Amino acid sequence: MRCVRVLTVIGVCLAAAVPVAAQSPVSPPAAETAQQALRDELDRLRREFEVIRKQYDERLLALEQRVSELGQGPSAPSGTAGTAGATGTTGTIGTAGTQDPVPAPQTPAAAPPQSSKVFNPDISVIGNFLGVAGKNDQSTQPAMQMSEVEAAFQAIVDPYARADFFLAASPEGLEVEEGYITFTSLPARLLLKAGKMRAQFGKVNTLHTHAMPTADRPLVTENLVGGEEGLSDAGLSLSHLVNNPHLFLELTGEVYGGTSAVFQSQQRSDLTYVGRVRAFRDLTEATNIDLGVSFATGATNIPSALPTGGSAGLDKQLFGIDASFRYRPLRRAIYQRLNVRTELIWSRQDTGDDLRESAFGFYTLGDYQFARRWYIGGRVDRSGRTLDASAIDTGGSVFLTFWPTEFSQVRGQYRRINFAEGTNANEFLFQVNFSIGAHGAHVF
Amino acid sequence: MGARILSMLTVAGLAVAASGTASAASPPAAPLKVVATTEDLGSLAREVGGDKVTVDVFSRGYQDPHVVDPKPSFILKLVSADLLIVVGRELEIGWLPPLLTQSRNAKLQPGGQGHLDASQNVKILDIPAGQITRAMGDVHPSGNPHYWLDPDNGRLIAQAMKDKFSQLAPADAAYFAQRYADFDRRLTEAQKRWDAAMAPFKGAKIVTYHRSWPNFVDHFGLNVIGYVEPKPGIPPSPSHTIDLIREMKAQQVKVILVEPYWDLRTPQAIARDAGGEVLVMPPSVGGVPEAKDYIALFDFDVNLLVATFKKVGISR
Repeated sequence: MRCVRVLTVIGVCLAAAVPVAAQSPVSPPAAETAQQALRDELDRLRREFEVIRKQYDERLLALEQRVSELGQGPSAPSGTAGTAGATGTTGTIGTAGTQDPVPAPQTPAAAPPQSSKVFNPDISVIGNFLGVAGKNDQSTQPAMQMSEVEAAFQAIVDPYARADFFLAASPEGLEVEEGYITFTSLPARLLLKAGKMRAQFGKVNTLHTHAMPTADRPLVTENLVGGEEGLSDAGLSLSHLVNNPHLFLELTGEVYGGTSAVFQSQQRSDLTYVGRVRAFRDLTEATNIDLGVSFATGATNIPSALPTGGSAGLDKQLFGIDASFRYRPLRRAIYQRLNVRTELIWSRQDTGDDLRESAFGFYTLGDYQFARRWYIGGRVDRSGRTLDASAIDTGGSVFLTFWPTEFSQVRGQYRRINFAEGTNANEFLFQVNFSIGAHGAHVF
Repeated sequence: MGARILSMLTVAGLAVAASGTASAASPPAAPLKVVATTEDLGSLAREVGGDKVTVDVFSRGYQDPHVVDPKPSFILKLVSADLLIVVGRELEIGWLPPLLTQSRNAKLQPGGQGHLDASQNVKILDIPAGQITRAMGDVHPSGNPHYWLDPDNGRLIAQAMKDKFSQLAPADAAYFAQRYADFDRRLTEAQKRWDAAMAPFKGAKIVTYHRSWPNFVDHFGLNVIGYVEPKPGIPPSPSHTIDLIREMKAQQVKVILVEPYWDLRTPQAIARDAGGEVLVMPPSVGGVPEAKDYIALFDFDVNLLVATFKKVGISR
């Protein structure tokens, strides 16, 4: 509170000092007039200062009252004081009084001010600790690692948009996992996103690691859709909600630069395009069904280590179908839920010289909550490989998750994979996921 | 290609500008499309809005309003709504924000003309002082969101709705004012009834499962001595349960209030040990079929409480 006054005094002194410095080297008769002018000026400033002081006292009183009403931190006063002080020093004293520093009590406050951090975004950090034991000839995963630390910054930009940033630090380094703006006030039921994001291709591709129901990603994601990083790139995403009251039907079109784990462009014109149609409908108040069809096309590189010798700028298409069924009885929503999901993915890769490799893979997953803090689930995997469709890997997992609260979870997973080469992997995965701060709720 | 993207962006930019002006256009002539996050707000909106509004509700009365799936079917309601009424105080933080982002409805965004936070002008309790951390459980930093359970707050919410409806549909302002006055009169009459029925039990000690009832007990002068949850949002633990039973015995507390969506095993075990009664009491309209509107909810709850107090022999 006192700093407001101090600031104002400094402001007034500064304003007074400027004329003093300018007037000092004049002759005695002129100096007298100048002194008089200075005195007048000082008097005027003093009067104005009195007026300001009075205004501030009134405002402070109003603010203090409001703060005590809200029972919250001193954000509003300090924020207002900053601007008001600056106004004083620049000399537009008249306007300072006309501004209403006390927000109208009706102001809708989604996040009421709590401290001077009022305009800071929601910040959260999520850690993903992953341990693995057992045999897998084809994996270099260490016995224990902090596989990812995700820092999220999320806030409303202005009345027209919001922004979401997700930085992911992993043993490979720090990268922008996602960072995009969403324009929320477009006409024609459009939603536009711009930035780096996970493409709307199927379900698993859109999920962050900590939101996965398992400690790993399905085989089909590893083999055909870029693994952990997935189809995530810088670009634009425009989606339209089809106007009808019965069915949620969303059409999404996306264009990306072509720098993802799936598509790599050699020239500017080689863009990646992604399209998705999603339909959702409630069957009852407790059950619903969610269907999607996705398509992606772009250019890829084939690494030279491969028998084909390696090549760049080859066409690649991905086609996917996903279906989810969810059950959650409303009266027991805290204790019981079931998710069943399947994704089928086809990949078609040009391998040069008019040759193509068409691979197929899928997973089916069930996750059942049987107590307030406990989930159990299983997953069946099967997938060909992008460059060798005849090499079929199969596998299965069972997993058990314990949620002490919604902010932490501990998971154990047994995973078996039968690789096309004839080798097997038998592994036990152990995961601890934990988050601090305010993390925005996930899209359903 | 670059040109195509550029023109796409320009269109989007123009659209943003256009939508800004569009929202200032004349109010709709058809009934106001109101979406409320809970049935309590929905009921109050119906009381005030009558047939000049249509009301859709997201969370059911028998459902924990903290735990709601942000289903895309809700987006269908939001996309064409004129007004969204929320409980606020972070009650819907776990599910409403992604729905709003996807709603494609600028009016409903926080700060928009069609966004009404019902908690803005009511009496809020349990506002935490000082540093709060999640070690304290699921604490709501801006106060307890179950504030609709005080009929005086119900009146204030209805009043805020009347003002908002009148702002969005000025032609019907007189209609809303008359509906509000009528509701106010019926609520005041009912309050006399409830206050009289509850008067003999002022100061009666109870235990509740979750901190859902501070405004209710504040209004009717009851005394909550403990909670089945050790901390808000944290499931009952054996040691806390033992402490609670000891405390209930020491203070001769006979009534445990439980919302319909909680598991009854622990409360029943506590009641058996402490020689009390478990009372499944709806905190929201629609929690039981009898609680069909805001006034009926209090009728039901007050009757249930009074009957239970008499049964266990509380009458101080």
